[in-house]
Amino acid sequence: MSGAELLVQALVDEGVTHIFGYPGGAVLHIYDALFKQDKIEHILVRHEQAAGHMADAYSRVTGKTGVVLATSGPGVTNTVTAIATAFMDSIPMVVLAGQVPTTLIGDDAFQECDMVGISRPVVKHSFQIRNPADIPTIIKKAFYIASSGRPGPVVVDIPKDMTNPADKFDYVMPNSVSLRSYQPTSKGHGGQIKKAIDVLLSAKRPVVYAGGGVVQGDGCDKLRELADLLNLPVTNTLMGLGAYPATSRQFLGMLGMHGTYEANMTMHHADVILAVGARFDDRVTNNVKKFCPNAQIIHIDIDPTSISKTINAHIPIVGDVKFVLAEMLNIIKGGDRRLDDKALADWWKQILEWRARHGLRYDPDTDAPIHAIMPQRVVETLYKLTDGKAIITSDVGQHQMFAALYYKYDEPRQWLNSGGLGTMGVGLPYAMAAKLAYPERTVVCITGEGSIQMNIQELSTCLQYNLPVKILNLNNAQLGMVKQWQDMLYEGRHAQSYMQSLPDFVKLAESYGHKGVKITNPATMEQELKQALEMDGLVFIDVYVDKSEHVYPMQVAGQSMRDMWLSKGERT
Amino acid sequence: MANVQQDQIQKHLISVLMENEAGSLSRVVGLFSQRGYNIDTLNVAATEDPTLSRLTLTTITTSDKIEQITKQLHKLIEVVKVQNLSEVSNGNQIERELMLIKVRAVGACREEVYRTADIFRAQIVDVSANLYTILITGDTGKLDGFIDVIGRDKILEVVRSGVIGIARGERTLAV
Repeated sequence: MSGAELLVQALVDEGVTHIFGYPGGAVLHIYDALFKQDKIEHILVRHEQAAGHMADAYSRVTGKTGVVLATSGPGVTNTVTAIATAFMDSIPMVVLAGQVPTTLIGDDAFQECDMVGISRPVVKHSFQIRNPADIPTIIKKAFYIASSGRPGPVVVDIPKDMTNPADKFDYVMPNSVSLRSYQPTSKGHGGQIKKAIDVLLSAKRPVVYAGGGVVQGDGCDKLRELADLLNLPVTNTLMGLGAYPATSRQFLGMLGMHGTYEANMTMHHADVILAVGARFDDRVTNNVKKFCPNAQIIHIDIDPTSISKTINAHIPIVGDVKFVLAEMLNIIKGGDRRLDDKALADWWKQILEWRARHGLRYDPDTDAPIHAIMPQRVVETLYKLTDGKAIITSDVGQHQMFAALYYKYDEPRQWLNSGGLGTMGVGLPYAMAAKLAYPERTVVCITGEGSIQMNIQELSTCLQYNLPVKILNLNNAQLGMVKQWQDMLYEGRHAQSYMQSLPDFVKLAESYGHKGVKITNPATMEQELKQALEMDGLVFIDVYVDKSEHVYPMQVAGQSMRDMWLSKGERT
Repeated sequence: MANVQQDQIQKHLISVLMENEAGSLSRVVGLFSQRGYNIDTLNVAATEDPTLSRLTLTTITTSDKIEQITKQLHKLIEVVKVQNLSEVSNGNQIERELMLIKVRAVGACREEVYRTADIFRAQIVDVSANLYTILITGDTGKLDGFIDVIGRDKILEVVRSGVIGIARGERTLAV
């Protein structure tokens, strides 16, 4: 086989069914090899960044490793934002990067670019192929590294001469990979697990703080079992939404900067925090010096560098959340010790009081047509109309927080979002990949007019591959979160937060061969949204929402978890 | 780090065993620069096993930060083992640095430089009518001391290797 054929065969053997990419000179041998087979479908995007986001989302929604193929130079540098997005959220992804022939590397050749160097800070690992015969082994290693331990993106740089069709090699794919320098821990330390159980069962005010690691590590079932067995309150990070059912009585909502009042208050007053697959991001903790002053922290994470990085863990457990939670459950179920009923009942009474004070309330828009549509109500209506079953993707900004707070995610991998890097432009490619993976499910991209324009060219890809996603644009004609911060922190000086030359999104969608619906009236919003969701094909639903609305609650910067704005005039 | 006592800044000597492959060194160096840590000295060469390189570096930071650095080093795919020599040896590790120093040596001070080199067990490895080039090994303090004694006004050029180190006694860093 040629190097290109070795590569394609290795991908097939790794179970790859979809590749997201864009051709160019350096990868044409690979494209020719892809053309001659039918096991892998290639999705042609309009910009390589979208290919990266689609591969990332394909992984987020299926649990499989996503694959990107881009040509040398600008082709692959266009994927860097997507790689960084996947890296920050620990998403397994393999990036096949075209490279100029080895004879030209270092000569500043046309479209030459040190992709291994450029991507180094945002990849888990990278390879450069120097011998075509090594391609199957390197692909095997790349997939193993990307998907094991703390997952992440891996770049494989492929010089063009490594895929030359004239050079033939035997296909030798190793059965397994063993790397002496890479042996991720999966089982947690037994002694630490016992200590954690002792502390957890001694708690009077416990809380579970679960992050994206629970979703990525397929630990959701075990988390639910443990939380339900002990009647523990549970809060999720933005990345952890769906790890625990949002409709459960025990769910407190998201925590952190825009977390719910009850979640942040519960965290602040807890005496034991069971942190699972969460990394104490600064968008969660607020001021680390004031973070949860009375809590003992049990921290389960597969990545030892995430433990005690910003907040000191009293009981660190390095291991796969699924294994560690299963072990904890075995021990707890095997004994008869439980939490103090009286203390737990008091704790729940307190939590319910917090829940009653501020349950994500917002000003209604019932005085139509005087008032504009409230964005929160749009998301709540979407939740109702989709019966809570849709896969929701979102971009980054106010609409993202409304999507996170007002749609209830009962299942893992139902919510796809860029948590760590906060990448505007992911929403549409994420929705496309989700629809590709699950064509029978309703997939909605909740976006804003700023975010959607960052990868709007992919409407063309949607047409080509018949990806009938619904795009719900919460259009406030401004960069909402930027403006909110300018309102709150810069005395209302709205520097560059206006989008003063917006396209007509309905016509834009129609020009790409899709449908568009414009919604402006609160009184008819629900009915119009229902009709739009029931339309066949891709529908761009452009909802004009209240321009002045802010996202609340919002933590007061530099303070503790419990210091929040609950509305424009109300602080905790 | 929150609720962790901030401790004093001190020098740490870190040893890393890693795969002897293109790109390994740049990943280690990149890890430091990404996080804003300074590498004061750095040495790397293959070990008795040509597939393994041993890297030794010194950095000045707090113990909580060095813990995060060593954890991050562990995370690199090519890194086989990491040891904070200063920690495992309690500051009693064997350290050596090599220095070549070109010194003006004319007139009366020619003999004085010669004697000083002898006292420090340094070797004069090149001689010209007006200069000595001296090779000296030892820990950083000894080399600094030699520079002080020679006198900075006589020094024309200094090249130092940076520190390599190894633990005393039975403790080893090996695969």
